[in-house]
Amino acid sequence: MSTTTTTEAGKARRSLRLSRNQILTGIALLVFVGFLIWAQNNLDPYKLRILNLCAVYTIFAVTFNLIFGYTGQLSLGHAGFAAVGAYTAALLTLSVAQKQANFFLAPIIPLLANVEWGFLPAVLVAGVLAAVTGLLIGWPALRLRGDYLAIATLGFGEIIRVMFVNWQRITNGSLGLKGIPGYTNLYWSWGFALITIFVVKKLVDSSYGRALKSIRDDEVAAQALGINLARHKLLAFTLSSFFVGIGGALLANLISTIDPNVFRIFLTYQIVGIAVMGGMGSLTGSTIAAILYTVFLEVLRPIESPFRLGSIQVPGVPGMRMVLFSVLLLAVILFYQKGLFGSKEFSWDWLFEQFSKVRTRLSGAQAAPPAGPQQE
Amino acid sequence: MSLLTLENVVKRFGGLVAVNNFSTQLQAGELCALIGPNGSGKTTIFNLISGIYEPTEGKITFDEQDVTGKRPDLIAGLGIARTFQNIRLFRGLDVLGNVLVGHHLRLKSDPFSAMLGLPGYSREEHTMREEGMELLDALNLAHLAHEDPTSLPYGQQRKLEIARALATKPRLLLLDEPAAGMIRAESQELMDFIQHILNTVDMTIFLIEHQMRVVKSICPRLIVIDHGEIIAEGEPAAIQNDPRVIEAYLGVGDYATG
Amino acid sequence: MSFDLFMQHLANGISLGSLYALIAIGYTMVYGILRLINFAHGDIVMVGAYVAFYGIAMFLLPWWLSFILAIVLTVLLGVVIERAAYKPLRNVPRFQLFTSAVAVSFLLENLGIVVFGGRPKAFPRPPFMDHTVNLGGVRIVTYTPFIIISAFLLFGALMLVVHRTKVGMAMRALSKDIETTGLMGVDTDRIILLAFAIGSALAAAGGLMLAIKFPQINPLMGVVPGLKAFIAAVLGGIGNITGAMIGGFLLGITEIMIVAFFPDLAGYRDAFAFTILILVLLFRPTGIMGEVEPEKV
Repeated sequence: MSTTTTTEAGKARRSLRLSRNQILTGIALLVFVGFLIWAQNNLDPYKLRILNLCAVYTIFAVTFNLIFGYTGQLSLGHAGFAAVGAYTAALLTLSVAQKQANFFLAPIIPLLANVEWGFLPAVLVAGVLAAVTGLLIGWPALRLRGDYLAIATLGFGEIIRVMFVNWQRITNGSLGLKGIPGYTNLYWSWGFALITIFVVKKLVDSSYGRALKSIRDDEVAAQALGINLARHKLLAFTLSSFFVGIGGALLANLISTIDPNVFRIFLTYQIVGIAVMGGMGSLTGSTIAAILYTVFLEVLRPIESPFRLGSIQVPGVPGMRMVLFSVLLLAVILFYQKGLFGSKEFSWDWLFEQFSKVRTRLSGAQAAPPAGPQQE
Repeated sequence: MSLLTLENVVKRFGGLVAVNNFSTQLQAGELCALIGPNGSGKTTIFNLISGIYEPTEGKITFDEQDVTGKRPDLIAGLGIARTFQNIRLFRGLDVLGNVLVGHHLRLKSDPFSAMLGLPGYSREEHTMREEGMELLDALNLAHLAHEDPTSLPYGQQRKLEIARALATKPRLLLLDEPAAGMIRAESQELMDFIQHILNTVDMTIFLIEHQMRVVKSICPRLIVIDHGEIIAEGEPAAIQNDPRVIEAYLGVGDYATG
Repeated sequence: MSFDLFMQHLANGISLGSLYALIAIGYTMVYGILRLINFAHGDIVMVGAYVAFYGIAMFLLPWWLSFILAIVLTVLLGVVIERAAYKPLRNVPRFQLFTSAVAVSFLLENLGIVVFGGRPKAFPRPPFMDHTVNLGGVRIVTYTPFIIISAFLLFGALMLVVHRTKVGMAMRALSKDIETTGLMGVDTDRIILLAFAIGSALAAAGGLMLAIKFPQINPLMGVVPGLKAFIAAVLGGIGNITGAMIGGFLLGITEIMIVAFFPDLAGYRDAFAFTILILVLLFRPTGIMGEVEPEKV
């Protein structure tokens, strides 16, 4: 956070500092985009899928953090909104032929039968529909006290799922949808992820963000300062739902096959776990945790099939990864509540502080390059 | 026309009558104190005015508008701000952040301009921060702007709460035991500051205290309540010698010696 | 609809309701005292069913022994969860307690998948419960009255404990005002433990009945019944044990009756409970037996 100094030198220093940070962010972004371009063109589909999943889970975690970490509302309906987004995008992008092939039990409703859209409009509509759903659900639900809100949103998420299972002619029921075009690539997924992070960060750093935090910390005091609780909670909720819908859409066009079971409470629990481990109140934490989660899940996949440890044949245990994750989560909640990042965010200023600390420690010895700048 | 009017306000919690037939008027620019022994209903009256509780009977009018039972945030928007007996600061925000929350209700930019970082919003944010620092400065808290509010000593936390309430630019300020937990020098400083506010801006202050000493020198009018009812009203000198008041406070040495 | 068919559905509804009521009581007791929605409660139901399953199918124990074992082990689990995951967080901001409950639920489900296997197993219904009898024209399978009678016996026992014993009184006091009751010399920890124990025992019973009624068990079997049971508790007035019972029966009967009269809606049966929840929260959030709690400022 910049300190307010009113001297001329102070002002000059401050404006210089700001643009330094902005330049650095710009460079980092360029490097990242460069990496995305390289990756998209050089990595095999398996690795690409993991990287795309990282982006999707980042969106899920960051949006959950917005509602829970920043506004203090435990909404457990994330899976439901993701389902809305996923199915919307799927139904809009599935080719006419694929639709016919999918809906063999009952024909798809005429309205959707001949629809075949491009990716961007489909994703945006998915987000909008999810946001509208969020608005409809949030308006009654957010008036409830914390505990009830959790169950109500859980219930809504389940209602959405039950509806999707039953709307045979719209969603194809439990059969699900196959053959969704694989439009999601690193540019789309990480593009939207970065937009999500940017928008959420800007909101959180603004007066509205402070209002949300005040609601989290003390609703009574917040109200006494003129803050309309319902309006602000709804703001966070709807914005969150919009991006979750987009995340769902990206997911659908990534994994190509979706059915209502993909969007069970299980998914919501995973998202809660990621956000808590990253640190409620830290967008950096949510992002890093989402990436770590997705990567480790893949890395550990082998332990679920039989493997050899030296000369011992170890039987695989299906489901072990999730057990490990849940144990870790519980451990974090009980012993290290702040999670990875607590409520701190990465900032260039922090990084330079670390550099100078290392520098001071190494001074006297030969000029060594700054040790491992990638600290997180 | 008085700024704040309470007419026959009654508040019952089940069988318990917390406030009984409370009527009073506050004129603009007035400094008035509501005093009484613990549990006499003082905070309940503040809660009724600020909208946390809805009166069981009676009417509350502010600036010629009926505010009986309105939502607290709407009442704050009309110009009534308050502090709390048990300090309610926002732990997740720093000192300046707490004050800035008070500015929020005067924000003109919509969420979208904030989300997109539009220049209109940036300018407002900049102005808010300047005003916030000025407020902190006036209360000698500027050097603590980025501290964790819970790490502050009690007296400073109270001052911060007042700064936060002032940030809403209210016309009526309700201070619930603002001097509680302060040493003499601090409470003197606070009372001076309250006088300063009254001299510089258009403000009405309604104060809850249970220590006579704190209010008798600066408040021209005192309302004494006991068991939710007014038992005396008037100037400090008259109140101090009122037998009913003395009876209500019997045993509380602090009050008796003034 | 013929009278006989109606009575059949009614019996069905009451037995389903008993199930919900048993599970709902556990939720309401814990919520009443700790203001915590024990998300893991539904999964405890699942554990009860599985212990009985392994008792009968693997260890070849008589059914009644397996049932008792199931209740005992489930109580143990409930107590361990309370001590390990909830008690340490009693003095921190409430939302951490929530996340802990969510995490425990998640853990139990995942452990269930690993230990019990993700695929559903057929629950061996004790033979005497498998007969179809004809009670004056109404065809009932014997497990239905078994469930109903067992449930009422358990309710009776619970009411005795809650209203006629000192610990029961302590529990009621704790749910009214936990701080003051603690100051009165009541061993808060012990009573909370007892509440969890009783709640878990009833949850285990609920799990057994669930397994008998729908003899296919799987590690996620407790999730939806658990949610519905919580909704039943809210319907009856959260924190109120009688309310939980009433809510449970209302929910069970409603669910069966709606499907009976509108068979086309059968696929939505899980959504009825949630619809009821929304209606309750919108129009009478304190539930049937509940009282409003004013917040002290």
